[in-house]
Amino acid sequence: MKVLVPVKRVVDPYVRVRIRADGSGVDIANLKMAMNPFDEIAVEEAVRWKERGIAEEVVTVSIGEPKVVETLRTALAMGADRAIAVQTEVAVQPLEVAKMLRAIVEREQPRVVIMGKQAVDDDSNQTGQMLAALLGWAQATFASRIDLSDGEAEVAREVDEGIEVVRVKLPAVITVDLRLNEPRYASLPNIMKAKRKPVETLTPADLGVDPTPRLEYIRFEEPPKRQAGRKVESVRELVEELVKRGVI
Amino acid sequence: MPALVIAQHDNRRLDPATLATVTAARVLDSAVDVLVAGHGARAVAEEAASVEGVRRVLSSEAEHFANPVAEDLTELVLQVADGFDAILAPSTTFGRNLLPRVAARLDVAQISDVVEVLAPDTFKRYIYAGNVLCTVRTKDSRRVLTVRTTAFEKAATGVGSAAIEEVPAPPRTGLARFVRREVHRSERPDLTTARIVVSGGRGVGSKENFQLVERLADVLGAAIGASRAAVDAGFAPNDWQVGQTGKIVAPELYIAIGISGAIQHLAGMKDSKIIVAINKDPEAPIFEVADCGLVADLFKAVPELIEEIERVKRERSAA
Ligand SMILES: Cc1cc2nc3c(=O)[nH]c(=O)nc-3n(C[C@H](O)[C@H](O)[C@H](O)COP(=O)(O)OP(=O)(O)OC[C@H]3O[C@@H](n4cnc5c(N)ncnc54)[C@H](O)[C@@H]3O)c2cc1C
Repeated sequence: MKVLVPVKRVVDPYVRVRIRADGSGVDIANLKMAMNPFDEIAVEEAVRWKERGIAEEVVTVSIGEPKVVETLRTALAMGADRAIAVQTEVAVQPLEVAKMLRAIVEREQPRVVIMGKQAVDDDSNQTGQMLAALLGWAQATFASRIDLSDGEAEVAREVDEGIEVVRVKLPAVITVDLRLNEPRYASLPNIMKAKRKPVETLTPADLGVDPTPRLEYIRFEEPPKRQAGRKVESVRELVEELVKRGVI
Repeated sequence: MPALVIAQHDNRRLDPATLATVTAARVLDSAVDVLVAGHGARAVAEEAASVEGVRRVLSSEAEHFANPVAEDLTELVLQVADGFDAILAPSTTFGRNLLPRVAARLDVAQISDVVEVLAPDTFKRYIYAGNVLCTVRTKDSRRVLTVRTTAFEKAATGVGSAAIEEVPAPPRTGLARFVRREVHRSERPDLTTARIVVSGGRGVGSKENFQLVERLADVLGAAIGASRAAVDAGFAPNDWQVGQTGKIVAPELYIAIGISGAIQHLAGMKDSKIIVAINKDPEAPIFEVADCGLVADLFKAVPELIEEIERVKRERSAA
């Protein structure tokens, strides 16, 4: 079985982004970048399938600026076999990403696409579902446990009510949640080995997709600030304050 | 053209998330229809018909809509989509799972987790874990939106009497099948709509200690939340997680116990009216957003707090 793992290059989730003074965008030029944490979990899961003999090949793909190759190297160092970089300077959005991934799926013919449930930069939580829709495949989103068997996957999904278990037919798109596994750190020898693994470079045009976004982000602003906090000295003072404010 | 709201429900009652979504839809369009796909869900369709501002309810009954999978629901939505130029669902795991599948099939760029409708084509939403508020304009004539339910008032029920129309259910796609749901049952209020939320973090230390958080919640009649670290460590079930990847809450009172206040946690609770933090580290970032911060060991402060609240309540009922 071949597995495809799309990964996104994002600002490190522990770094605070700054809005440009004129509100025209978010300045990320010199910030530390990382693989989207959800995608790291997807790579880890795919690599474990390979180690257990369930997957024969793990192909990883990233779409974005030329530097996505760095992110792909991380996935290769974790154990993916080869990578595809779809390079574009356009800030692509989920629908166009899904269309490019569909074209990749048509070329590569994987049985499973496994990817993060959302990217921590734009927090859209759309791409996996859109890809499944465009392919006419099943989708299992927000996975915290995946059991692959012959033509099916049983997936435990983290939903608002608790856990929901679904069975999906393969091929399928699976999007992963944080509790599926703990991704490994790539070892130094594996990082070295990853440098020799193949990375193919494509453009959106090669895939026949116009990357132009449909959504215009026209203004960026700080969220409303909360009043600076006040400290209370004791539990009694805390309760008095809450009574005064009428909440208890 | 009217807007369509896809109802979230459990075949017995409309989920309150649907009511907030109706409010958002009404800002977009004066005519709002609600789609109720269920099994034995007549009561839900009737409840939807009574919601303020709802023009018409589309009801689709089928066995495979008892616990519908997105693959099957999408076919139903597409069957009725032609009559609508806006399609909305709550930004719950239900809506997040379903709506992008619908949007892609309609070739529309979805806008997720809308917090404000500025114009029929212009919306506000957060990016970067709530750190940046964006104004987004779509070039698509059709709009597909998920709605942050804490950002909109819930539409009133029991006021209208919209017509209920039956819509035949498309057959199963056979792509996916619901197996079971492991629900954490509780008598406590629902986390996303509770007036008071008491949340525990890694500082609580263990599942046993988490009972302290639960006891405080119970004297306050509150719902319980947790940080990701507390859920990962197994102190609390996943559906208690508040934050960027968990639930978004905005209660009147949010009490954070042993939670440091990482941006991913703040993303889920910083619209709460009053935030209380109990943390032994005076530098913890949670204090930057807390209206009432108490620097203390939670194992000492929380039992005291429970006692003090019980005392206040006793005095009140005696008076
Ligand atoms: C992609 C991504 C998504 C995430 N999504 C979420 C999310 O949805 N929700 C979420 O919560 N987090 C999320 N996180 C994790 C987040 O970054 C933090 O790691 C997490 O919120 C920390 O939880 P915590 O505050 O309980 O633990 P810690 O940061 O470890 O804080 C524990 C706190 O307890 C205090 N403490 C310890 N002992 C005591 C005591 N005896 N008395 C009083 N105080 C005490 C400490 O001073 C400390 O401040 C996400 C992270 C990533 C990368």
